[in-house]
Amino acid sequence: MSLSVPHTARAGAAKSAASNAGAGTAPAASSAPDAPGRAPALTLDDVTLGYGRHPAVHHVSATFAAGSLTAIVGPNGAGKSTLLKAVAGELAPMTGTIRTATGRGATAYMPQLAEIDRTFPVSVREVVAMGLWKRIGAFRRLGPSGARMVDEAIARVGLTGLEKRPIGTLSGGQMQRTLFARLALQDAALILLDEPFTGVDRRTVDDLLGVIAGWHREGRTILAVLHDFDEVRRHFPDAFLLARDLVAHGPTATVLTPANLERARAVGEAVDDGAPLCRRAAA
Amino acid sequence: MIDLLSPFVEFAFMRRALVGCIAVSMGATPIGVFLLLRRMSLTGDAMAHAILPGAAVGFLFAGLSLTAMTLGGLVAGMAVAVAAGAVSRSTILREDASLAAFYLVSLAAGVAVVSMHGSNVDLMHVLFGTVLALGNDALALLCAIATITAVALALLFRPLVMECLDPAFLRGVSRLSPVAHFGFLALAVLNLVGGFHALGTLMAVGVMVLPAAAARFWTTSVGAMIAVAFAVAVTGSVCGLLLSFHFGLPSGPAIVLALGGLYFASLLFGAQGSLFARRVPRTHQEA
Repeated sequence: MSLSVPHTARAGAAKSAASNAGAGTAPAASSAPDAPGRAPALTLDDVTLGYGRHPAVHHVSATFAAGSLTAIVGPNGAGKSTLLKAVAGELAPMTGTIRTATGRGATAYMPQLAEIDRTFPVSVREVVAMGLWKRIGAFRRLGPSGARMVDEAIARVGLTGLEKRPIGTLSGGQMQRTLFARLALQDAALILLDEPFTGVDRRTVDDLLGVIAGWHREGRTILAVLHDFDEVRRHFPDAFLLARDLVAHGPTATVLTPANLERARAVGEAVDDGAPLCRRAAA
Repeated sequence: MIDLLSPFVEFAFMRRALVGCIAVSMGATPIGVFLLLRRMSLTGDAMAHAILPGAAVGFLFAGLSLTAMTLGGLVAGMAVAVAAGAVSRSTILREDASLAAFYLVSLAAGVAVVSMHGSNVDLMHVLFGTVLALGNDALALLCAIATITAVALALLFRPLVMECLDPAFLRGVSRLSPVAHFGFLALAVLNLVGGFHALGTLMAVGVMVLPAAAARFWTTSVGAMIAVAFAVAVTGSVCGLLLSFHFGLPSGPAIVLALGGLYFASLLFGAQGSLFARRVPRTHQEA
């Protein structure tokens, strides 16, 4: 993954302007900053991703405006998780380039199944404090101001009072709140959430959607993989419909149309071993 | 009480043995705690086996030389640890499987080398240690290793905890993930090599793993686990040395048996998640 600032202001500006203009029904749309001079937060240029020879994401080009809030939707096996993993820098593209406007530490990524060892003897507070790595690194003290930031982050996700609990005793929803608090402290410009609401109850989802809306107001760029279309329509101004190929990207209302969803479903997720080699591969 | 401890008062070799054991405990127990938390306790065992042939080769070239055996053990242990770590990080094979593969090859190579040159009774020292005959240079080596370990762990502590808890997160925010991983493996090898001078390659891993396993039953924080494990290791060493003195048992196994006794006591009666603690109904709060 290339971490350099894009050298040219690409044509994506027009697309992202459109993406915010048409999102009238979504409540959070109005505040999405879309200054024409601002570089896009994320540019995908002809990106193909995959494992072995089968592409999970196929020649996708797209631009995400700085400050945009986008839901990544699509059927299972459509390449959504793979895309986030690649943007987070954990998977190298087979073709194309991924450009984020900022370097290491500026992207925060919450994987679908966090590798967290729940039996490890640490408290909620200690896990959340990991989010301050950029500030304290390996050696510096948390200090009073850092401690206050940790407390505030814990309060914002509604875990006040559980700071000293070992993480092994948390429920699934409480664990997810803990991870959101840690993510908040990372102070990242680009936030990637892979199915953040899986196995989480309604109230927790609502609380965490509130946290995401707060990040959006702070001007951060957010990509979240989601499955609940109602949730997407209500809380996400932009949507990105992926089914190996990019089906549609733009204001949620124009993306989640019956025609688009039908196209996405038709792609299916089956891997065809007899599929011919992609002719675009050599380009 | 005075009578019980009198061997340490009367005999210099017992005092030296005790100092050696305390030094080994200082370095090995925090390593053991992290091995346990990373579910790598058996990895410690595998690495101890990997060290044996290296030490044996050193012995064959230079006789019962502290330097040669230490260097041989370090080279063999590091090579196996790094190779296994590199394989698990860059291929599909998990660390336990790749480590097993490498240490078996290392062990076979070592045994082949030893048998070609004929075996020697002194090699028993490598296998079972010489805690009752520690020379000045051996004691200095053990203390140096304990010091290096303490300093290195103090520096690596935060990244190492994060590497254990959530390696993907550490990779995302910093480049220290491989530093923490390989630095830790290097410390483990270093302590096993130090441990074999006192307890032998087969017993050294006992001081690493048993106190950590016992400590898990007493506390819920990493720092406290290290403190408890160290206390267990020192207690076990004292008991083991006394058992060895009074009943003529070989000292290495006596120490590991004493540690085993403390482990079983913790397993039964520890405050956290032991058999006893899980059976006793506890009063609970409203919410």
